[in-house]
Amino acid sequence: MPSDQARIALKCSNIHRYLGQGEGRVHVLKGVSFEAHPGQVYAIVGPSGCGKSTLLYLLGLLDRQDDGDIWIDERKMSDRSDAERTAARGEHIGFVFQFHFLMQEFTALENVMMPMRKLGRLSPRDMEERARHLLDSVGLGDKAHRLGNQLSGGEQQRVAIARALANQPAIILADEPTGNLDVKNSGMVFDLLTKLAKENGQAVILVTHNPDIANRCDTIRPMRDGVFI
Amino acid sequence: MSPNLRIAFRFLTAKKRAMLMSLSCIVLGVGLFVVTQATTSGFEEFFIKTILGTNGAIRIEDKIQFTIRSMAAGGWGSKYEIKTKEGRKYIEGIEEPKLVIDAVRRFPNVAGVSEVLHGAVIMRSSFKTESVRVYGINLDDHERVSDIRRQIVRGNIADFQGAITGSLVGLEMAQRMQLEVGDTYQLEVGGQVRRYKVTAIYETGVSDIDRVRVYLNMGEARSLLMKPTGASFIQVGLIDKDRAREDAKRMTEVLQHNTKSWQEREKTWLDVFYALRISSAITVSVFTLIAGLAMFNTLAMIVMEKTKEIAILRSMGYTREDISRIFLWQATIVLAIGTVTGWILGAAITFGVSRTPINIRGIFAADTFIVSWSIWHYVAATVTAVLMVMLASLVPARRAARLEPGDVIRGTAQ
Repeated sequence: MPSDQARIALKCSNIHRYLGQGEGRVHVLKGVSFEAHPGQVYAIVGPSGCGKSTLLYLLGLLDRQDDGDIWIDERKMSDRSDAERTAARGEHIGFVFQFHFLMQEFTALENVMMPMRKLGRLSPRDMEERARHLLDSVGLGDKAHRLGNQLSGGEQQRVAIARALANQPAIILADEPTGNLDVKNSGMVFDLLTKLAKENGQAVILVTHNPDIANRCDTIRPMRDGVFI
Repeated sequence: MSPNLRIAFRFLTAKKRAMLMSLSCIVLGVGLFVVTQATTSGFEEFFIKTILGTNGAIRIEDKIQFTIRSMAAGGWGSKYEIKTKEGRKYIEGIEEPKLVIDAVRRFPNVAGVSEVLHGAVIMRSSFKTESVRVYGINLDDHERVSDIRRQIVRGNIADFQGAITGSLVGLEMAQRMQLEVGDTYQLEVGGQVRRYKVTAIYETGVSDIDRVRVYLNMGEARSLLMKPTGASFIQVGLIDKDRAREDAKRMTEVLQHNTKSWQEREKTWLDVFYALRISSAITVSVFTLIAGLAMFNTLAMIVMEKTKEIAILRSMGYTREDISRIFLWQATIVLAIGTVTGWILGAAITFGVSRTPINIRGIFAADTFIVSWSIWHYVAATVTAVLMVMLASLVPARRAARLEPGDVIRGTAQ
């Protein structure tokens, strides 16, 4: 049985991705390879337009690569059907985005329960219990019944973290999770994300422009012009 | 509650005004569809009831005689002949009514048979002289093939039974001739004049009947019209009126008499009612069409506004089918509420309309709007609404399902 450090939670090899069409077609990712291990926090950094977010969406199976392969928990997912990739996303991957993307018509508690309801592993009572526990973990236990638009930006991002952790995924992908927050909230959100992920042995891959945040990660992978440097 | 339904419900409440618009259109569409069908069907059914109650389900008249042409087959003087049916000719009336009636009674769907003898006479009252038609009937038989007892508006039909000089006079005729129950008048035909008493006055609502028909007992009619045998026609009542067409066809073949079902006799009016029912359904379906368009518009707006939410749902493991279902659920919820409310509105208006006074005479007699209470009007209204709204909802639902989460998030983030 390999240790967590030896196990590979996510891997991609020789990824190519083009965006746009015709004369506007751009070769965004030019043969990128990457590995993420459980319990490790990775920062992908680089200038705007270098392909960081594009790579993150490919790793999260939200987009399809033009060439190359992606494995999640040692299962090759790059050539699977949309339904299989969607199921894998629900089970193995949690997302945190820059703009929170909370469902504004739902309370914080309901937002956190939403991925669990889809996966359907837990009973409704257990789902609610876990959602409350996660909201407590991000310090929002007393605001569980507030609607998304009744929370501040920092609070919304903390709910988004709780939601990303809801199904206990092996991988957390975060696209500029602190990009829309002030310094104080940025630090708090990053600390929360990494602390909870490490406690649960999850691999965290985050894209950031913030050097302070990047420097606090276990591994920094700088990118430029569609390749890791 | 399924996650998709839960999300659909919340998305709906976020667009209250637009959804209320779609809902109102569905309510109006379903409600008015029910009302128009109830009223047009009501009048149609009442018209059918009237014609069955006056002229019966089937009428057998004029004997058919085929004309035969013979040709010599082997040249001039040949013994061989070929006989072919050349055409058909109708001999007025029924020569042997008893034989025909016996044969008709053997048809399983026959509920009653009445022989009728009629002829033109002159009616004279103290005030006026009019041309009318005498109808000789056997009351017991005729009651089995018509609603004559129910159509009596003044006097007592029991007094007519066996009364030699008794008669039943139409309301319109009685008014024109200024006759009341108990009054007498004269009928004149072929140089003989006889006096009769108005035993009762009937009203069918059909002007052509109420204005000209005088019912006499058969024996007296035979004597007055000097027709000791035969009948003008035989009126047949059926157990299942909707089988009249098939029964009439078989009777024509078996009896060799011209036999007409009520559908054939009243084809013109029935076609008018049918056309009216279809045209009103089409007109009212415009509301449902607008409901479909409103639903399309609302869902398309929600899809545009909720692209982020759709992307995040996809990132959480919600499939394309889930996304599609979330939007179809929204349409279904509005459709269900709208349809049920539309039923209630339709039933309430139908009830109100049925109490509205109206005076119709001519093809039937109605003092209030005639409505028909049929579950099928509600089913038809629902099917129309479901088709229009769900078809209109498919396009935005499919569009939502086709959204690529990566594209949406990339677009939002930039």
